[in-house]
Amino acid sequence: MTYETVARFAQTWGLIYVMALFAGVLVYALWPRNQQKFDHAARIPLEEDEL
Amino acid sequence: MDVFLQLAILVGCAFYAVIAVAQAGDSGMAIHGWFFLILFVAWIVGICMRYGFGAPVWDQTRYEDGIIKWGVFATAFWGVAGFLVGLVIALQLAFPNLFYFEQFGWTNFGRLRPLHTSAVIFAFGGNALIATSFYVVQRTTRARLAGGLWPWFVFWGFNLFIVIAATGYLLGITQSKEYAEPEWYADLWLTIVWVVYLLVFLGTLWKRKERHIYVANWFYLAFIVTIAMLHIVNNLAIPVSFTSSTSVIVWAGVQDALTQWWYGHNAVGFFLTAGFLGIMYYFIPKRAERPVYSYRLSIVHFWTLIFIYIWAGPHHLHYTALPEWAQTLGMVFSVMLWMPSWGGMINGLMTLSGAWDKLRTDPVIRMMVVSVAFYGMSTFEGPVMSVRAVNSLSHYTDWTIGHVHSGALGWVGYISFGALYCLTQWLWKRRRLYSYALVEWHFWISTLGILLYITSMWVSGIMQGLMWRAYNEFGFLEYSFVESVEATHPYYVIRAIGGGMFLIGALIMCYNLWRTARGDLRAAEGDVAEADARPAAAPAE
Repeated sequence: MTYETVARFAQTWGLIYVMALFAGVLVYALWPRNQQKFDHAARIPLEEDEL
Repeated sequence: MDVFLQLAILVGCAFYAVIAVAQAGDSGMAIHGWFFLILFVAWIVGICMRYGFGAPVWDQTRYEDGIIKWGVFATAFWGVAGFLVGLVIALQLAFPNLFYFEQFGWTNFGRLRPLHTSAVIFAFGGNALIATSFYVVQRTTRARLAGGLWPWFVFWGFNLFIVIAATGYLLGITQSKEYAEPEWYADLWLTIVWVVYLLVFLGTLWKRKERHIYVANWFYLAFIVTIAMLHIVNNLAIPVSFTSSTSVIVWAGVQDALTQWWYGHNAVGFFLTAGFLGIMYYFIPKRAERPVYSYRLSIVHFWTLIFIYIWAGPHHLHYTALPEWAQTLGMVFSVMLWMPSWGGMINGLMTLSGAWDKLRTDPVIRMMVVSVAFYGMSTFEGPVMSVRAVNSLSHYTDWTIGHVHSGALGWVGYISFGALYCLTQWLWKRRRLYSYALVEWHFWISTLGILLYITSMWVSGIMQGLMWRAYNEFGFLEYSFVESVEATHPYYVIRAIGGGMFLIGALIMCYNLWRTARGDLRAAEGDVAEADARPAAAPAE
């Protein structure tokens, strides 16, 4: 395994992996159907303090 | 019965301590062996006495708050201790003739400096994170902490680690890795404690009654998991013998340097950032009584922050034997960190939108909002300093110290103080704090102190950087090193004043927290039965 092999792997698959991850996060965060879930989640800290 | 497993661990450690005392390979290990023995035996006796009066009942219809109250106390105590040692070493740098004690070798700067950094990062910050994470995970999952006695094991085990680490520095026991100075036996003990911490946290998430895992818990979980990984890899060492306080790190040369700064920078990223962002995402909405500005943004913030931060470490090794492509990689990822950091900052600040008046009326909210502003400022400064050309001026100078402290005092300190004020009021179920006027005093004295600290270090650092690279007309260095040391004197005095003011602010806070926990209300501020989180002494204007 030479430096060139590692560098090529990192510069191609590393890029694809991180970009795919980022796209996945954006899709999850912006997916319209998740909106209601997130609106609920945002209010979790404001609920009652006792069980 | 998990209490027997816990006792077995403690008895095993006590047994090891006996061997360490009897066969100690060096005087440091002999002293630490006694420390271990006394602390573990006291701990075992404590558990036996507790269970002797009947096994405790873990009431699943109530939150576990007892251990968090201990956490509040430990955070305040270690905070003051750490700030005090910081002031001492600042004075040692400003007045080396007055604060050098030849007959007390353990007060040397070289021993007190790691004591300061570990006390503020791990003892103060770590206890703040453990306490708030236990508080937040229960409230946002609507479930009692998992594991019965194990959360107590985490708290006492972590503080035992702190005591061993701190006394070790004074004794001269160190493996000389920055922010990872404790030796192999302390590291192994912390590993046990940390794995239990992870299991308690995961166990609580597992039995959650709220389907969605709130974003603060994601940040806490990233902090716990990543610190486990960093701690184990960076501390891989072979002890000289099992009764010696010395070990040899398995990494060597530039690999060691890279591992160290992969660890060091991610301690910043996951301990001092992700963990405290968990505090931000719960305590600011809770105190402001408003949901977080954008929950979507918080998700993007989380995933981008953790996947970018992990690569930023090599920027600590510009112009070293580390291959240049690795330096560039660290620099590029550091610059990319701007985006998630500022996304998070905007999310924290904008949570106040529609409630900006609280900045004026509630000094606790103001403290946390200023904390987020410092987070924004230091995460702007950090990427700038990671650029190789800027780093050639800033590295090894006081600019770095100023940068660290704008993050540590401003961001980490203030968000923790805000959480401590909230936790004391909420856990002891007080209508309000003892005195909001004292919070105002704390806020303004500390803020002025931070400003004195970071501005003096900017001037001193840039001056050092320029003096070290100044050449005269013949191509010789313009200044000798000691001339740059002499020139920094006034800035070191200003820095010590700033640090002293920060310490005074923290002492005011401790007094206020103590009176609040006791249930006192400062009479002069009137009684505000109607308002829970509102200050009584709000300026009327």
